[in-house]
Amino acid sequence: MIKYILKRLLGMIPVLIGVTILSFAIINLAPGKFSTLDQAMNPKVSPEYQMRLTKAFNLDKPLPVRYLLWLKNSVSFDFGRSFIDNRRIADKIAERIPVTLGINILSLLFVFLVAIPVGIKAATQAGRAFDTVTTYFAFFLLAVPTFWLALLMMQFFCIQLGWLPISGIHSLDFEYFTPWHKIWDVSWHLILPVFVSSVGGLAVISRYMRSSILEALSQPYIYTARAKGLPYRKVVYKHALRNALLPIVTLVGLSIPGLLGGSVIFESIFALPGLGQLFFQAVMSRDIPLIMAEVVLGAVLTITGNLIADISYAYVDPRIRYK
Amino acid sequence: MKNNPYMLWGLVIIAFFSCVALLAPWISPLDPSLIDGQNLLMPPSARHWLGTDGLGRDLLSRMIFGARISLSVGIIAVGISIFLGLILGSLAGFYGKYVDALVMRFADIMLCFPTFFLILAIIAIVEPSIYNIMIVIGLTSWMGPARLIRAEIISLKTREFIQAEHALGASDARIIIRHLIPNAIGPVLVNATLGIAGAILLESSLSFLGLGVQPPIPSWGNILIESKSTLGIAWWITIFPGLAILVTILGFNFIAEGLKKIIG
Repeated sequence: MIKYILKRLLGMIPVLIGVTILSFAIINLAPGKFSTLDQAMNPKVSPEYQMRLTKAFNLDKPLPVRYLLWLKNSVSFDFGRSFIDNRRIADKIAERIPVTLGINILSLLFVFLVAIPVGIKAATQAGRAFDTVTTYFAFFLLAVPTFWLALLMMQFFCIQLGWLPISGIHSLDFEYFTPWHKIWDVSWHLILPVFVSSVGGLAVISRYMRSSILEALSQPYIYTARAKGLPYRKVVYKHALRNALLPIVTLVGLSIPGLLGGSVIFESIFALPGLGQLFFQAVMSRDIPLIMAEVVLGAVLTITGNLIADISYAYVDPRIRYK
Repeated sequence: MKNNPYMLWGLVIIAFFSCVALLAPWISPLDPSLIDGQNLLMPPSARHWLGTDGLGRDLLSRMIFGARISLSVGIIAVGISIFLGLILGSLAGFYGKYVDALVMRFADIMLCFPTFFLILAIIAIVEPSIYNIMIVIGLTSWMGPARLIRAEIISLKTREFIQAEHALGASDARIIIRHLIPNAIGPVLVNATLGIAGAILLESSLSFLGLGVQPPIPSWGNILIESKSTLGIAWWITIFPGLAILVTILGFNFIAEGLKKIIG
């Protein structure tokens, strides 16, 4: 197992180098320079300020040298300073991580709690009413634009019924609440964002679970178990489920890029101070160093997700390790 | 068609929206950019079937012209990605060795980026416009088709009919274009149909965030920008464009499901 993990870790290095080269190339080969970007928006930018920008981003040096300098700093989490407020980018990102991470973990939990039982039921009743209804519902969930669903939910639950808060992560008078009230307040604010960000996952995982269980149920060991006289429920929940869960394990790791992309949309709709909102603000204000840092961070998280998927798959299925 | 209801419904939906998009100038009741200060945020009525927006423009007319934008962005973006995927995938599959390694490692690296992050980062540098959106979506989504076509070609290229072509002295290009790609295209078609749905969804999300198709050109996504400020005041601005996106995507997903059934 350790040998397998080491092999995978070593395999990550060239990919990481490729990712950094590519993101560096995209940002730097694009028309326009950092130093003139500011001028385009504000003609009063002084030549001295441009000189300072040129120096700060080593724009006077050749491209490969700039890449290596940037890489050297990035490895030690020094992504430079934001164009907008001159704060350290590493700090700006760090303070945003808990919100995005928290929402995504909650929504993954929600997805698994709902989608796995639904998938099992749909598979054991394949072709019957429950299966048909959930099939169509999954089609619907896959086709609904997340941001539109968020708008509809806001309109219904926040404006018409007034049950849920419309945006933000906590109330304005949050500071004066007791600890329990604080937890209550934040969870109240998270209901809609967590639900909206789970929609795609619900459809995909429940479908996946259904076909996975169906495949497991057609295996010879299921017939053996049934022939032994074990009750159907026990065969489904013990024998089939364990094997059907194997491919699902990897989906957690593989869903990271989608979750990150989705967080841009719903964090800006619900005004949640997470990585997605930060990225959106960076794009709107063309805060290039921050954009770079987040793109690379997104790629690193995706690679880590893939790695976790592979390792957990190898852990639960020894056949993978020895290939 | 009879025993493939997904295909039937998908085709009906997409045929409907394609007709709307093609015939937009003739069927749209009013000029989509006609500003009418007397009729701001009017609910659906006999004159304005789907109501008006904050500038008094007819929502139905804007949505009819929006269909043009949304569908063409989806189709052209996927056209670009399939074109790139076919070229890179068939080269990798046919020639193998270092060509394969080069193309597939590049695809692996591209797949490491969260697509939405990558697209937004590029949009931050190039100006957001219809054409840039098409190109950027195309350039960031060729990896799936490339992998599919590569896998198909690898399994096809050792078959007898391809060896026969080699023996007859056919050029590599002829074998790839005339024999390998037509036999490998099935899974790519399914992928492309799903890709159009994905691209339409992406375009509408980008436009909704203000980073896609720029007003006053109407797209379903950017019509919805206004619904943020009219939430609770003008439900029609939220409901109808979103429904149009939902049904169109449903249509393409149905076609993809139908195609899967046909291919087997």
